[in-house]
Amino acid sequence: MAASDTLLRLRYRFVPDRLFGELLTKSWIDNVIPALALVATVLIMVWIIPGFLSVGTFSDLARQLSEFGLVALALTIVILSGGIDLSVGSMFALCVLAALVSMNVLGLPVGVALAATLATGIVCGLLNGVLIGYLRLRAFITTLVTLVIYRALYDIIFPRVASAIVGSMPVSPTWDLIGFGSFHGVPVSFIIFVVIAVGAHILLSRLRPGWRLRAVGGARRSAYNAGINVKLTVCLAYVASGILTATAAFLFSARLGSTGADTGIGMEIAVLTAVVLGGVSLGGGRGSVGNAVIGSILVLILTSGLIRLSMPGSVNQLILGLVLIAAVLFDAKWVKNRGKLLNKVYISPTYLKLAEQKARDENDVLAVNDRLGATQLIGLGQVEGPEDVVLDRDDNLYTGTRHGTIVRFLAPDYARSEVFARIGGHPLGLAFAPNGDLLTCVGGMGVYRVAPDGKVAKVTDETNRSLLSVIDDSRLRLPDDLDVAPDGRIFFSEATIRYEMSEWAVDALEGRGNGRLICHDPKTGSTRTMLRGLIFPNGVTICRDGQSLLFAETWACRINRYWFDGPNKGKREIFLDNLPGYPDNLNRGSDGTYWIALLGMRTKTFDLAMRKPAFRRRMARRIAADEWMFPNINRGCVLRVSASGEIIDALWDQAGENHPSITSTCEHKGWLYLGGVSNNRIGRVRIEGADPEWTSQGDYWGKR
Amino acid sequence: MSEATANPGPRLPTLLKSQEGIVLALAVLAFALFSFLLPSFFSAGNLLALVRSVSILGILALGMALVVIARGIDVSLIATMVVSVSWAFVIARSGYSLEFALLIGALFAITAGVLIGSLIAFGEVAPIFATLAAGSVIYGLGRTFFFTLEMQNVPPGAGWFSLIGKGRVLGVPVTVVAFAALCLVLHLVLSRTRFGWQIYAMGNNPAAAKITGIAYRPMVVAQYAISALIAYGAGLILASSASAINARLFNSTMIYDILLVVVLGGIGLNGGHGKVRNVILGTVFVGILLNGMTIMNIDYTIQNLVKGVVLLLAIVIDSLVNPRDEQTSQQGDL
Repeated sequence: MAASDTLLRLRYRFVPDRLFGELLTKSWIDNVIPALALVATVLIMVWIIPGFLSVGTFSDLARQLSEFGLVALALTIVILSGGIDLSVGSMFALCVLAALVSMNVLGLPVGVALAATLATGIVCGLLNGVLIGYLRLRAFITTLVTLVIYRALYDIIFPRVASAIVGSMPVSPTWDLIGFGSFHGVPVSFIIFVVIAVGAHILLSRLRPGWRLRAVGGARRSAYNAGINVKLTVCLAYVASGILTATAAFLFSARLGSTGADTGIGMEIAVLTAVVLGGVSLGGGRGSVGNAVIGSILVLILTSGLIRLSMPGSVNQLILGLVLIAAVLFDAKWVKNRGKLLNKVYISPTYLKLAEQKARDENDVLAVNDRLGATQLIGLGQVEGPEDVVLDRDDNLYTGTRHGTIVRFLAPDYARSEVFARIGGHPLGLAFAPNGDLLTCVGGMGVYRVAPDGKVAKVTDETNRSLLSVIDDSRLRLPDDLDVAPDGRIFFSEATIRYEMSEWAVDALEGRGNGRLICHDPKTGSTRTMLRGLIFPNGVTICRDGQSLLFAETWACRINRYWFDGPNKGKREIFLDNLPGYPDNLNRGSDGTYWIALLGMRTKTFDLAMRKPAFRRRMARRIAADEWMFPNINRGCVLRVSASGEIIDALWDQAGENHPSITSTCEHKGWLYLGGVSNNRIGRVRIEGADPEWTSQGDYWGKR
Repeated sequence: MSEATANPGPRLPTLLKSQEGIVLALAVLAFALFSFLLPSFFSAGNLLALVRSVSILGILALGMALVVIARGIDVSLIATMVVSVSWAFVIARSGYSLEFALLIGALFAITAGVLIGSLIAFGEVAPIFATLAAGSVIYGLGRTFFFTLEMQNVPPGAGWFSLIGKGRVLGVPVTVVAFAALCLVLHLVLSRTRFGWQIYAMGNNPAAAKITGIAYRPMVVAQYAISALIAYGAGLILASSASAINARLFNSTMIYDILLVVVLGGIGLNGGHGKVRNVILGTVFVGILLNGMTIMNIDYTIQNLVKGVVLLLAIVIDSLVNPRDEQTSQQGDL
């Protein structure tokens, strides 16, 4: 039994199950499979064809890529907008014709020829754009028809100018440089391509037009509702496609100096294959310049490899078609199932063993009593989710609500309340800074500061990114509780980096150390993570020595002490272990004691489940979230512990009506104020024998 | 809901306002114009030739219409047609009986249709991409493994086979009779059978069709198999009348002509509506157009341009008459 337990523990400690799910959340995962396919194709080609990796191949490939890749970029932009452009091949042919007629027949300067080529592309693209964007035609069928029309135009014009094109050669060094020149061995056309590709990448991923384009492609109706001019965006996507295709045609004309009857025929299938193979999703909104480039290289290597193997054109067609089918099939299945797969595998429970609880008798300090049964209720039905409560020097009571506000109940009877500040998120832990500012950890946002006049300012919402974390943990997702050290540094806990606030119970199911302890120094403005791998760190309170703090690890049912200053700096020890329930916020009390709020009590079944990670994983995969096991938060209590970590008192609500689940306590002038994250009230109960003048602030910061 | 379902039984005024009515008027106009301007147009011989020349297009359009009504599209028709017929001829010429060879060709066409349908039904690939890629695969497969010559002549000693294309029944070419017969069959299937009603249901609202218990995926597979088989039949008639089949048809604009017939006739690409008479109307109109242009001795490339522009106009009108329903159109539905 013990040996198998140890094995289980080691297995969950060292096998990083969670990485699979975390990798799936990354947006770059879409690019991994095309990139692997590219590597595999290159390796196979090198293996089959001797001398495939020669410099000559590269330079040749680079020139082809600059033309093919630009057309692929054109199609990518259109597909990102939720459409498709099959007319690129015919458009390409028309633009080649425009360039060659300008250069060879009319003998215009290169700049004018470029302008003429681009103009041809813009006109062709604009026709597509107006038809699809403004007249709302179906992209596929429309561009299929414009493919025919542009091709017919080409077939009409080409025979009339063919001999004139062949008959004269333009004398232009610039033209030759674009066509044949190279710069330090890199073809000029390839440099042009790289510049355009980088520009397009920045435009698509970093600038507003690109975001709008993706928004329109991803969810047309939502984009419209968000105020994006959908028709214009779609139209411009086709115009951009025309411009990029024209550029490609210009490079092609400069390189070959002639054109044939079959220029651009079948190009749309090859480019479509490249783009889909590269990972641009046909559904729209998903894809990047990188996808297009990877796909283009893949298709070019494939086709040039087949030509090197002297395969007939029909084999090329067959293989391209098969690859396209495979890519489209994979795309359809991937887009559909990625989310499902992520849902299934993201939850990754681990082994967590809690010590056995010893049996308790009636005289035990933890014996159930009814001292919370007589709590006075404050603001019943007026507050939702008062996770933490705190009182200022004028005895006013503050609490955060799930509506994102901080509500103030006015002394002395707390009958009247007002919204003190509106922040957003769900303000959780509260604490006063020495200057009277109210500091709060806002779930989903970060740490905020509220001045006495109610003005809200951000303190911090990010920390340093861990080097090896797959998830971007630099943003704060669920800051939970905070306290201020005597020198003004703010120490706060972040309960989990893997889940949002609404999913805190799922984190309980994992039982892994997903949380951390973070310190913000207002003097330097820096935020640094102090401790990682904590099991749902929750309450934080500074000890009276001013050099150490206590923090609760909820699912581990223990309180730790951590020295952040002084001779023991960096030391961490367990202050109180094997609690009977799940500790939430910690607060200082009178007589050197500490209050611990337990939001729920442990149960034997849940403790057992925590030792069976495979069981919890199976549960998370097979049954609906509503049916999952949940830690017991129906009944909690308040504990009072001495400075040395002994439980000296426990307060229960026997009837379970007023305050069965408690997430926070605050002792103030002989009263104990109670908050609960799922409650609709605040409670207060008289503490027998407590100093009626003791306040937490006065004790910690000194009398005013 | 489309206009067609809102007004059962088209009355003349509504008919004239619909795209169908416009095309009908245009067809009559073109017919009158050509008859008036082109002396050789309005003759029994030419009219018969006209109908005969477009009936193959019409047969193919019937196959396409079946798929389009169910909100699909099949741009692999020509590839299936040329490859299956060419292969059948190659087999026949290598010593097997013609009947056996034709059976193999039919089996190939059905297999291709079933595979394409499965890709769409089970692979959930958009029909346009599936058929676009499948056309390339089928043609590449045929040219690589089944036959090397582009032109495949009808095998010698097939007397009855050449009757299909050249024979006459009561003075009417067999080709036209075949088109008429297929029109009748498809009309009965679409309007009188459960299969036909389900096709309309699938085209009108695919999600609702799935929920109401239509065997959606088998239905999709069946449609593409049928359209492939129809393509094969059209290929046989074509080969019989021309004594050969040319594989280069795959690279021609024939598939656009088929779409032209379907869309011009008034079968919306949204699916869910359209009848056999729409196909007949489209066929006749395209026939008049092509025949007229040929008599006027217009260059083939310019004919292509005219067809393209007419098709574009037809699609514009189609989208204005049958606007896309944002509720049932799906992401990636191009």
